[in-house]
Amino acid sequence: MLIKLSGGTVYDPVHGINGEKRDIYLQDGYITRKPASSIKIDKTYDLNGKIIMAGAIDIHTHIGGGKVNIARMMLPEDHRADLVSKTKLTRSGCGHAAPSTLTAGYRYAEMGYTACFEPAMLPSNARQAHMEMADTPMVDKGAYAMLGSDDFFLRMLTAKKDREAISDYVGWIINATQAIAIKVVNPGGINAFKFNQRKLDLDEQNEHYGVSPREIIKSLARAVRELGVPHPLHLHGCNLGVPGNMHTTLDTIRAVEGMPLHLTHVQFHSYGTEGDRKFSSGAAEIAEAVNSNPNISIDVGQVLFGQTVTASGDTMRQYAGHWHAHPKKWVIMDIECDAGCGVVPFKYRDKNFVNALQWAIGLELFLLINDPWRIFLTTDHPNGAPFTSYPHLIRLLMDRSFRNDMLATINKGAAAASILSSIDREYTLYEIATMTRAAPARSLGLKNRGHLGGGAIADITVYNNIKNKEKMFEKPLYVFKNGEEIVKNGKIVKVVTGGTHTLRPDYDKSIEKSLKKYFDRYMTVKLGNFKIDDDEIVEHGNGNIIVQPCT
Amino acid sequence: MSLKLSLHTKPDVPLEADVICPDKLNGVNETAIAALTVFHGNDQTALGDFFTVKGQCDGEIQLEGDLANVKHLGSEMTIGKMIIEGDVGQHLGACMSGGEIVVEGNAHDWVAPEMTGGKITIKGNAGHLIGSAYRGSPIGMQGGEIIIHGDVKNETGNTMRGGLIAIGGNTGDFTGVNMLAGTIIVLGEMGIRNGASMKRGTIISMHHAPMIPTFSYVCTYNPTYLRMYLSYIRKLGMEVSDEQINGNYKRWIGDAIELNKGEILLYANE
Repeated sequence: MLIKLSGGTVYDPVHGINGEKRDIYLQDGYITRKPASSIKIDKTYDLNGKIIMAGAIDIHTHIGGGKVNIARMMLPEDHRADLVSKTKLTRSGCGHAAPSTLTAGYRYAEMGYTACFEPAMLPSNARQAHMEMADTPMVDKGAYAMLGSDDFFLRMLTAKKDREAISDYVGWIINATQAIAIKVVNPGGINAFKFNQRKLDLDEQNEHYGVSPREIIKSLARAVRELGVPHPLHLHGCNLGVPGNMHTTLDTIRAVEGMPLHLTHVQFHSYGTEGDRKFSSGAAEIAEAVNSNPNISIDVGQVLFGQTVTASGDTMRQYAGHWHAHPKKWVIMDIECDAGCGVVPFKYRDKNFVNALQWAIGLELFLLINDPWRIFLTTDHPNGAPFTSYPHLIRLLMDRSFRNDMLATINKGAAAASILSSIDREYTLYEIATMTRAAPARSLGLKNRGHLGGGAIADITVYNNIKNKEKMFEKPLYVFKNGEEIVKNGKIVKVVTGGTHTLRPDYDKSIEKSLKKYFDRYMTVKLGNFKIDDDEIVEHGNGNIIVQPCT
Repeated sequence: MSLKLSLHTKPDVPLEADVICPDKLNGVNETAIAALTVFHGNDQTALGDFFTVKGQCDGEIQLEGDLANVKHLGSEMTIGKMIIEGDVGQHLGACMSGGEIVVEGNAHDWVAPEMTGGKITIKGNAGHLIGSAYRGSPIGMQGGEIIIHGDVKNETGNTMRGGLIAIGGNTGDFTGVNMLAGTIIVLGEMGIRNGASMKRGTIISMHHAPMIPTFSYVCTYNPTYLRMYLSYIRKLGMEVSDEQINGNYKRWIGDAIELNKGEILLYANE
């Protein structure tokens, strides 16, 4: 079937198309070049005056895995307050901060997203994460395997194993857990927490293994590069949320010595210690460092006000944050002693100095970092805010007067401490298209996604051109997934299952020998059962496996 | 004249009938009641597909038939009375804040979770998690009375913060687990791990019970307030002897891993 999207205004940063009127042709799930005039067009959408972008890609959103499920179990009030009835097409669900899997998939699609990436999949818990993602309809999924605090890896570092051996282990993990990238959370710190260390700076040593976060970051970043994983090491750094952690973040940028590195939810890592309250914005310094180091990419982890839940693998920092839990309950847990997770419900208040400044710091980062190819739009769902607040965030970025109006309503001290009111920058649609489509696709190595050129998968979002960008982005006119119309006027018209993006880097299979010994001795599962088959993922309802090429 | 609902078709899968509640049925006529929505599994159907409706609700509802598979009866009830002739399903009187429910038969799990007021009397046995918090909620039952003449299963009064639960028979394990305040009286025997991680509150039993190591024995005494409680539940038809009303009780406090301000009283003259 040949479909023509006629006369829309196209934003496609990969091909440098900035708001030009173009026709787009879809055939069999792909975007094709203009067909010969003799070929019959089956369906034409008249999109005059409408805005066309590729389907949006969320590079960092917690939609599957143990911690999300704990958040769901822990927050019955979150579910009661937000019930979603079933319709003829969609199934019922619930939840605002931690929505049920189906609801998360529907809501993403209704916002114009066609792919979402779960950033913290514990290898021991990968099966659960994949099953939850398989249960999340509409969008394509993928996950980053979390390393850096696991016993096997830390033992390798302590034993000064050579870099090939470490690369083999990382490659094995990506293959075994069907991941697409590697994440490290509070490098070595989650493990140190279990040996009663309550903080771990970049050059402090994990007392048990005698390894510092700097060594862990370097060795993983190197392994990721040597394996040809397209996405750089996805780093949730040390000292999350600690005033003064901007220096740790700057040191971390220097520590990788030019190797590619992705710093995630950097807003939580950009705090200074100036001012009466010893809490200030480090956004300007961080932005300068990011601007001058082309090997660094970031996502922001913007805070937006309201009730949410923080779910993170960083047990050390989550434990430190549990005093601020709202409602007052929290969970810290561990799986196979190989990392863990902490879930702490949280309410960000606009009249609270710290929360209001966090909000401002996130926006400062967005506006001070120049290259939209290296900064991605995230709220670290659900940690900074649920993903449903993206349209609001986009309006904050694109509309200076709206941003200043909001700034006037927050805590006065925080507003005064921020340079936000002096920043004039407004994001353009082209830049939004870059940071939510083209850049994440390029960063993750999704070759035929995130753009509208011939041969690309036909994941396309069409928006009405409305002045209020929040209204525009929360309700797309059409969303196409693999060439099929799945959303019309912000409502689902067809339910589809997405695929799972994975990577198959090469590694020396002989690593399994030492792994098997290790598994037999220490783990509760056997090596063979640890690995996840393609069939398992497909069997549980996920459409297909999409193997992305290594570089 | 009171409203009478008789079950004419037994549901194959649980029937969610939270509409059966005096608040929602008062003054509504027979046809309108029969047309109200209930969920049979995931199918939306009418109340009349399962019940024969007779009369009009003037604050009282009588239910007949085997309702063991009918859930959420009297959910969020605030006034009136419901009399249930047979057995009843899960979530009876969930979150109710007033009114009275009497069950002549047995009840299933989750009787009156997160109740804040009102009264439930069950003449037979009941299941797990009586007067509890829903999973993940910080607070369970906060007020009202649950009187069960028969036996119950595990986790009675999980995270309860107020009110009275009186059990005529035995309880399963974890009676009063996580309790914050309130009173649980068990005339029969309790299972193991009673009062685990309780902060405050009182659990009373007429029999010896195994104590977890984080509870410590304090004294044997005859608390005055307990006489009032026991006389009250005797008036409600529970079997309490004069010896028990006037007798001595061993007082244990715990849970030491929490506040250590909870108490378990065990009848000493057994």
